[in-house]
Amino acid sequence: MTRLRTWLTSSDLAGIAVLALVIVVVLPLSLDIFRLNLVGKYLSYAFVAVGLVMLWGYGGILSLGQGVFFGLGGYAMAMFLKLEASDPESTKIQSTPGIPDFMDWNQLTELPFWWEPFRHLPVSLIAVLLVPTILAFIVGFAMFKRRVGGVYFAIITQAVALVLTVLIIGRQGYTGGVNGITDLKTMLGWDIRTDSAKYILYFVTCALLIGAIFLCRWIQRTKLGTLLLAMRDKEDRVRFSGYDVANFKVFAFCLAAMLCGVGGALFALQVGFMSASFVGIVPSIEMVIFAAVGGRMSLVGAVYGTLLVNFGKTFFSESFPQLWLFLMAALFIGVVMAFPNGLAGLYNDYVKPRLGRKRDLPSEPPEPKPLPATTPSHAPAAGWNPSVPRPRTDPKGVGPAVA
Amino acid sequence: MSNTDFVLAIEDLTVSFDGFKAIDNLNLYVDKGELRVIIGPNGAGKTTLLDLICGKTRASKGTIKFKNQEMTGLAEHRIVRSGIGRKFQTPSIYENLTVFKNLEVSFPRGRGVFGALKFKCTADVKERIESVAGEIGLADQLETEAGLLSHGQKQWLEIGMLLMQEPELLMLDEPIAGMSVRERELTAELLERICRNRSMIVIEHDMDFVKKIAHKVTVMHQGKILAEGAMEKVQADPKVIDVYLGH
Repeated sequence: MTRLRTWLTSSDLAGIAVLALVIVVVLPLSLDIFRLNLVGKYLSYAFVAVGLVMLWGYGGILSLGQGVFFGLGGYAMAMFLKLEASDPESTKIQSTPGIPDFMDWNQLTELPFWWEPFRHLPVSLIAVLLVPTILAFIVGFAMFKRRVGGVYFAIITQAVALVLTVLIIGRQGYTGGVNGITDLKTMLGWDIRTDSAKYILYFVTCALLIGAIFLCRWIQRTKLGTLLLAMRDKEDRVRFSGYDVANFKVFAFCLAAMLCGVGGALFALQVGFMSASFVGIVPSIEMVIFAAVGGRMSLVGAVYGTLLVNFGKTFFSESFPQLWLFLMAALFIGVVMAFPNGLAGLYNDYVKPRLGRKRDLPSEPPEPKPLPATTPSHAPAAGWNPSVPRPRTDPKGVGPAVA
Repeated sequence: MSNTDFVLAIEDLTVSFDGFKAIDNLNLYVDKGELRVIIGPNGAGKTTLLDLICGKTRASKGTIKFKNQEMTGLAEHRIVRSGIGRKFQTPSIYENLTVFKNLEVSFPRGRGVFGALKFKCTADVKERIESVAGEIGLADQLETEAGLLSHGQKQWLEIGMLLMQEPELLMLDEPIAGMSVRERELTAELLERICRNRSMIVIEHDMDFVKKIAHKVTVMHQGKILAEGAMEKVQADPKVIDVYLGH
């Protein structure tokens, strides 16, 4: 109970509250629906970035194939929407009415059996969550139990991304190929293309994203979160403390994959199509860049990172069409070289100490050294603090714990 | 081999790396409550032996029985859970965590993924952490980040992390390397205290320290046991003097 209270009053929650304010109040009030819909699209990428904070920042496992899981979630959603858009009435000019248009173009005469379950929304939603998670479990189990890690794991995730892209593009009749699954119209009769639907979907995205951040923050604060960090730094010590390290890595990978799936589904709903161009190697690496720019230890930072990079992308590509890729690369290289902990690290090192001192001093006098405590206070603030350089004697509550 | 009273019984243990036998047909028995020190020149295979017992390295041949249970082939975390704790040569602690958290993570509860999610630091866990922290002399430093501890304190913390698991066999690889004279004395006392209800294997080079703590000494040389017995006997052994103590 006291732990809950200390958490609720800590800077974590403030960080999440500010983010919620920005995305739920400030952006909708200041942007037209076209721009807001773009932000909604970026926020669906933010799920991937949040997952990467857990997997890469906390678990130390770099996956360069998160687009796979984003894509699977997106395709699961898009398949449902496509089937609803392909009722016999609106597809009566096809040679086989009632199947998606791209199947008809590819001389398919009936719906493949594995498309059938996606006629039902609950099944499709479960697939959004479970298909990415199960694939992550299989890949993760096979790799981590064999102690494949680091660069080798990253390469294998790239291979998975490549395989899935080739598969999707190659099996055009079943997947829509390069074009993807387009022309998504309604969900259970509700037109997702209208402005009001876009607003609603935007707020649903915000709510789910904040829910996801809370879930991850909770996990970080459990023993599992501590173990992830411990594994990242001293894997052998964790193993020889009686833990099966592989299981924890599989968990982190599955969690990140599930978040990607949710993001993908929200992407398909808001953008109105899904294609292989969000599955492959390049988008997967871009997603890592989002997390890196935001700060890979910070859940909230990852969201800002995603927004910043994507705003940058939109802005540069509109203003400097020839240069924008170079500018994006410069942004990434600049951030990684100058601020290895991303935006969150920047905030923690420069902004927070100033804010914190003003705010904390009256309420909490600085303790130069923790006194011999007979009953340990066990303040969450004194836990992990990887982003702040160590030889610092900040008073409690100033330095550590990024949300 | 039939069942024995030994806590640890190693027989015909061999491990070869590309033909080089780091451990060569080794037999070793450790009694309950015994503090065994293993000494030997560099490359004698001491650390490899500990690696084999805790499962970090796999044996090419031979058996390792802990409480009459075969350990070769078990996964590392299973070996730990059956009661074998291992301290590494360089202090292996979680530098960014507080001392309290370091000990808490080592508490043997919530070791599965979902167990770890549900794990709560209840009163009995806290009590145990405080008693272990007292044992290793870090009761006043519970909220200190482990990376800020002195080298000796880090070594003690790692021993404390092992004590959290209450292992029946504790293996320490050079626990006093880099310690000051005073820290060495304290460590000797600590080892004597914690050895009361468990067996220990300690690798050490410092002969004064070995004399102080060892119940029995095993001298290793080129993957084999050269001599075994009380410190005085071993020190007087001409073979031992030749390969090791004489230098």
